[in-house]
Amino acid sequence: MSEAPKPEPRRPEAATVAVQDDGEDASPLQPELLISDLLRYGVAASLALVTLGTVVTFFRHPDYLVSSEALQRLTSPHPVPHTLGDVVAGALAARGQAFVMAGLLVMMAVPVMRVALSLLIFRQQKDRLYVGITATVLAMLILSFLLGAVH
Amino acid sequence: MTPFLFMIVVLGFSVGAGLLGSLLGIGGGLILIPVLTLLLKVDIQYAVGASIVSVIATSSGAAAAYVRDRMANTRVAMFLELATTAGALSGAFMSGLVGGRGVYLVFGCVMAGSALVMLRRMRARDEAPVPADALADRLALHGSYWDESRGREVPYRVTRPLAGLGLMYVAGTVSGMLGIGSGALKVPAMDLAMRLPLKVSTATSNFMIGVTAAASAGVYFARGNIDPFIAGPVCVGVTLGAWLGSRHLMARVNSTWLRALFVGVLLWVAFEMLRKGWAP
Repeated sequence: MSEAPKPEPRRPEAATVAVQDDGEDASPLQPELLISDLLRYGVAASLALVTLGTVVTFFRHPDYLVSSEALQRLTSPHPVPHTLGDVVAGALAARGQAFVMAGLLVMMAVPVMRVALSLLIFRQQKDRLYVGITATVLAMLILSFLLGAVH
Repeated sequence: MTPFLFMIVVLGFSVGAGLLGSLLGIGGGLILIPVLTLLLKVDIQYAVGASIVSVIATSSGAAAAYVRDRMANTRVAMFLELATTAGALSGAFMSGLVGGRGVYLVFGCVMAGSALVMLRRMRARDEAPVPADALADRLALHGSYWDESRGREVPYRVTRPLAGLGLMYVAGTVSGMLGIGSGALKVPAMDLAMRLPLKVSTATSNFMIGVTAAASAGVYFARGNIDPFIAGPVCVGVTLGAWLGSRHLMARVNSTWLRALFVGVLLWVAFEMLRKGWAP
């Protein structure tokens, strides 16, 4: 974050691609570009959902614009949707906050999808060591959602 | 204050935090959580939940550019994420155990520590040759990056992957507990312990932060600590601020006085946080 992003790739060959399997070069996937695009479009989709949800919220609750009592309720500890089912049900009922929550969930899913994509790329490169490492990280990410739900 | 006004204020502070964070090379969380809790009286559990999502947003946005430039070492990142995700999971659970006051105390300590690290950042770098490491060879962690000032590709070697793994577990725990990216801990771990070049360390840290944060975000979400009313504007605001900062302001700001000012603010906020944790 401390560097200004410089968009254009300067090198045709990938430094981070595995060196194994020299015979099978010219992979059809451009790993860095794929991952970069996934990150960018994922973040954009998430922010769009959050913004849409916020607009819907104020349309459905015009009192939020004038009443100061509602704030007390909104900033002190209170139940918020915290299962996938809650969020989906809320979104189907066109509840603005459920859209916002869906957007936040998309944001949380972006790194998970990134790891899943890396797993596919390492598998395509037949890099078994890194397939193992990546699969472990992915399992831990999925575990975090499951464990949190049990807690 | 009406909910609408509250949201505008949160959005404004978030843009500011993202902007300042991108200029200082840290995430917005370290700035935003004190503002939310001390100024706007948001419960610290919700502040942490909101911050962790915004951390994913800024990290992913910045990482997109770093990966495209091949500045981030994705193999080192993948390997170290083993430790950061495990740490983040433990941290997120620990924050539930120690409660709000404990989080204030740890946060205060980490802030004070970050301030000191920033003060000492200018010291000379160790230029001794990088010791060989069999595990680093086995994992093929070595790489190269394009150095703009030298106008050529610079190869580098990586060492002590296990030390890196241990430090990353600590960084992950802090990140999961406090809802911050903890890049201030990740960069020195790669830069000083594993001897990656500073630019590569910064880029790789950014790349990893999203995955670290996602691991703890899952726990916070399931626990009901991610409140869309607070996390929504925070997420949008911080992303917007970080984008504005890196695109339009970076080159025009004198970072020396900015850094000095920021260290002062950090120390003051650390004191406030510690006091709040000590005697609520």
